[in-house]
Formats: sequence, structure tokens, C-alpha cells
Amino acid sequence: MALLKNVAKVCKSKNAGPFELTIDVVFEDADTYRRVAATGVLGPTLFARLYNVPEEHVLFTPYDAAFAFKATLPRLVAAGDFGDTDVYGCQQHAPLLDVDLPI
Amino acid sequence: MATPQKEIRLLSTSAILGYGFPEASLQAGMAREPHVIGVDGGSVDPGPHYLGSGKPFCSSIAIRRDLRLMLNAAVRAGIPVVVGTSGGAGGAPHLALVAQMAREIAREDGLHFKMALIEAEQDKASVKRRIAAGRVKPLVHQPALTNAVVDRAERIVGMMGPEPFITALDNGAQVVLAGRASDPASWAAAATRAQLPPAPAWYAGKMLECGATPSIPKGHDCLFVTVREDHVECEPLNPARRCTPLSIANHSLHENSSPIHHIEPGGMLDTSDCRFDAVSDRAVRISGMRWTPADQYTVKLEGVELAGYRAICVCGTRDPLLIGRLDSFIESVRGEVATKAAAFGADPDTYQLGIRIYGRDGVMAEREPSRGQLSHELGFVIEVVSKQSQEMASAVLGMARTNMLHTDFPGRLCREGNMAFPFSPSDIEVGPVYRFSIYHVAELDDPSEPFPISYETV
Repeated sequence: MALLKNVAKVCKSKNAGPFELTIDVVFEDADTYRRVAATGVLGPTLFARLYNVPEEHVLFTPYDAAFAFKATLPRLVAAGDFGDTDVYGCQQHAPLLDVDLPI
Repeated sequence: MATPQKEIRLLSTSAILGYGFPEASLQAGMAREPHVIGVDGGSVDPGPHYLGSGKPFCSSIAIRRDLRLMLNAAVRAGIPVVVGTSGGAGGAPHLALVAQMAREIAREDGLHFKMALIEAEQDKASVKRRIAAGRVKPLVHQPALTNAVVDRAERIVGMMGPEPFITALDNGAQVVLAGRASDPASWAAAATRAQLPPAPAWYAGKMLECGATPSIPKGHDCLFVTVREDHVECEPLNPARRCTPLSIANHSLHENSSPIHHIEPGGMLDTSDCRFDAVSDRAVRISGMRWTPADQYTVKLEGVELAGYRAICVCGTRDPLLIGRLDSFIESVRGEVATKAAAFGADPDTYQLGIRIYGRDGVMAEREPSRGQLSHELGFVIEVVSKQSQEMASAVLGMARTNMLHTDFPGRLCREGNMAFPFSPSDIEVGPVYRFSIYHVAELDDPSEPFPISYETV
């Protein structure tokens, strides 16, 4: 078992427009990326659970060329609306850091 | 002898005009004889305030510093300088601000050039005509656009593609300042004018729009990009940075819902089969990008409306007894504020009271998985947004602040006050608050029609 924060090279979140949040997890090399992909842990189900959205609202895309996984999902509140806590959306990655990747 | 390969060299100074860049990086880039230099001027990312207020996102002082260096470099080298999304949000006041700066810098530094200003602000009547013609469509999770929403909007901009830039450059403008534009559009325009195909042209724009962001260490600095028929080469100009295949590939992920499908005004850039090859220890060649023209040309419309007026206050507690019964304490405070604010004329449905708790869930709100692990101290941002007036927002906030300080709770020992306030005065008037109300696309027959260009000799 390995925690994502000890295996990934990048784990970050950001707005994709004012209404969506996009989260990227990037690995160092093709081998690590393939082994992580093979576990099936990183997928729409995980993001739906961690970010409390229906699975059908998660756009999940593996990007082989960058050894990366991307998930895009709705923000809780539009950027800058009353109740928004993170206008840029760049501090929403933490729940992923302790995800166990059985590689 | 082989014909030299067609290429265009482009230099972006930073991610946003006003972020700053080392002058040495610009000089190093100029020595490599770029055909065009430029910078992106803004983004929707800092939120709705800038579009609503008409104020710049970066300070005028910082914008002026960057613009002065760029105008001097480009005009003295006899090449164009292009700026998209001027002033942060790309509305009429933002473009006017940067245009006035360009005129002043030219006068002060003895520069002469033909300048094009490309407007992106949309008048409400034109947006309503597009709605009536059925040519406005909602983007992700948005309702259809109505005339009522258009009427309420404080300001609406259209996000132009490369076509207006091409027209301005074709007409001999050396300085092109544009309102709201798709971030890569000015670069795609420059490469398209050099007869290069759209796939590498748009890909180059995707890299250049963020300055040296695709390099490591990431920072606000200059990026040099060479566009050729079937590939793009990226290199940072500061010797302290370098582009690697991984740093470039990562940048494809930036601020886009998909890492492989990038929707632009006239089509879609597909990066799924891109190859990233190091051509040196600091430059990367990207090939394999594809461009699929769209059946229908569209531009994004962005608009904001006034949500009210905000006042805020910062404070903190170090009292474990209060922290131990936080939720019921906050509930008591809210009750007191509702009663006392109603007594002076603030009906509960005319304002929103927010009590943000840093140390619990201030950053992630409902998505915080660790909200049960409370710290020994907690920070609060108390906030009121009033639909009535700034004065009323401040009045309700004052009542909330007083009750955070003095409301009793069972077992209370700290009878002189519950909160530590770091400042006097404790309350801050923030001013008008805007919210995004329009995030739609408009179908166009002529990509340049909503973006009139004016020319002047400076």
C-alpha cells in the first residue's frame, strides 16, 4: 500500500471556469502511471465520494501522454458567490493526499 | 539546398500583464528576434469582481511597468505587441485604462506606433437580439439565458477568437490591445498570419498564455515559442528555468475540464496524441496535436450582476470551552443578530450572514473530511452581504461582531469577551459584490462582428 501523496508528482485543483473544479494527479513516469491505473482506485467513483457529487457529474479522463489523471466536477458554489471559500479553487486537493494506492 | 522551414517565433512576457517578469528575460528573448511579443491581460479566475467593478485585476502601477518594457522592446525592434483581455476582465473600462497607459508611455518614452483597440464589451440590446434569434446556448450546468438576466447584468463581455487580432495586424497595427479574448487567441492569430496550420498555432497559444508557467521552477517570467508546420518548441528565457517533457505535458491539464479536448471559438484542439520530446535540457518539442474545426463558430459570453454590498471582520478564539460548543454558540449569535438587525430595519431576507471558521472547514466547507479535528485556536471571518446598502451591511456586521464578542454560553469563564480582534477598526467595508450570471456561448456567422476595432496613431 502507498499513500497518493508519497507516489504522485503533482496533486492539484483549480477552477475550470467559474462553475467547475478540475483536479489533476500526475505521476513521474509511465511505469508508475500504469501501475496506478491498474489499481482502478483513481476513477469517477472515488472523486464522487470525496467531493460529494453524483458520479455522473464527474468527468474523469486519464491522459497517457502526461502520466496524469484529471477529474472535473461541479463547484459547491460558483466562484465568488456568497459562501464560496476558494475563489481560484486551488486548495481543494487535500482529500486525495491520503488515498491508499495498492501498487 | 533545402528551403528553410517556415516558422514564427513568439515571446510571451508573463501569465498576466502586471504579474512582472525579469527585464533580462525579455532582453534574452529579443536577442532571438521574435516576430511578435505579447501577453495575456487577464482571466475570469479571480472571480466576478473585476468585470463588475470595471477595475483592473493587477494594479495600474504593476501593469504600467510591464507595458512600458514591452512597448519599448517591440516598437524599437519594429515588431508587433499584442495584449488580450486587457486590464484583467477585458470590458470597456479595462481596455480604456490600458490604452491610456500605452499613450502616456509612448509620450514619455518618445515612441510612435499605430495602435488598434479591439472592444469586447457587449451592449445589452445586441445580446437580446442573439437570444431572440435562438443563438445563445448555456454552458455547463447553466440555465438558458433570458432577457431579465441580461437586464440585471452589470457588464457583459464576449470572448473573441483570433480573427479580430488578424484583422488588426493585417491593417498594420503595431500595438494591438484587445478586450476579453480567449487566452491563446492572440498567439493563434500571429501564427495563422504566418500561414501555419491551426493545430500548432493554437497549441503555441496554450503554452504562451501563461508565460513561463509551463517551465520549472514555475514562476512569472518569459517564454519563447517557435511554431513550425507540424510542431511547437517551448523554451523559457530565464536560465534558472527549463521546460521538460513532463512540465509541458502537465500544462495541458491547466484550467480546462478535459486534458485532451480544448474547445476554442472556431474548433477543438485535441492533444490526446501529443508527443513531448526534449530538444535540449531546457527546450521541448511538442508534436501530434490535431485541430477539428467546429461546425458552428461560437464565442463565450461572460456577465456579472450586483449581488449586494459586503462588510467583513476577522477575529479568533483561544477558548477551549467555546471551541467545545461551537455550533450552539454560533446558533445563539445568529439568533441575536436576526432579532437586533430586524429591529433596525434589516429584514432577514435582505442580507446573508456568513461565519467562516478557519481551523475547522474554512477552506473546503461541506467537502472538508476532517472538520471534527478542531485546533486549539480558531479563526473567524464574519461577513455580511446586504442587498440594501453598504451602510446596512456594515450595521448588520457590527451587530454580528458584537455578539460574537459578548454572547454568553453555558460554562463560560471568559466573561470579558469571546474573541480576539487583531485590528482596530475591526470592521472592513468591502463594497459592491458581484456574481457570475452569464456564462453562455453565442453562435456567430462572422467571428469579428461583436468585436469592433478602432485605430489611432500614437
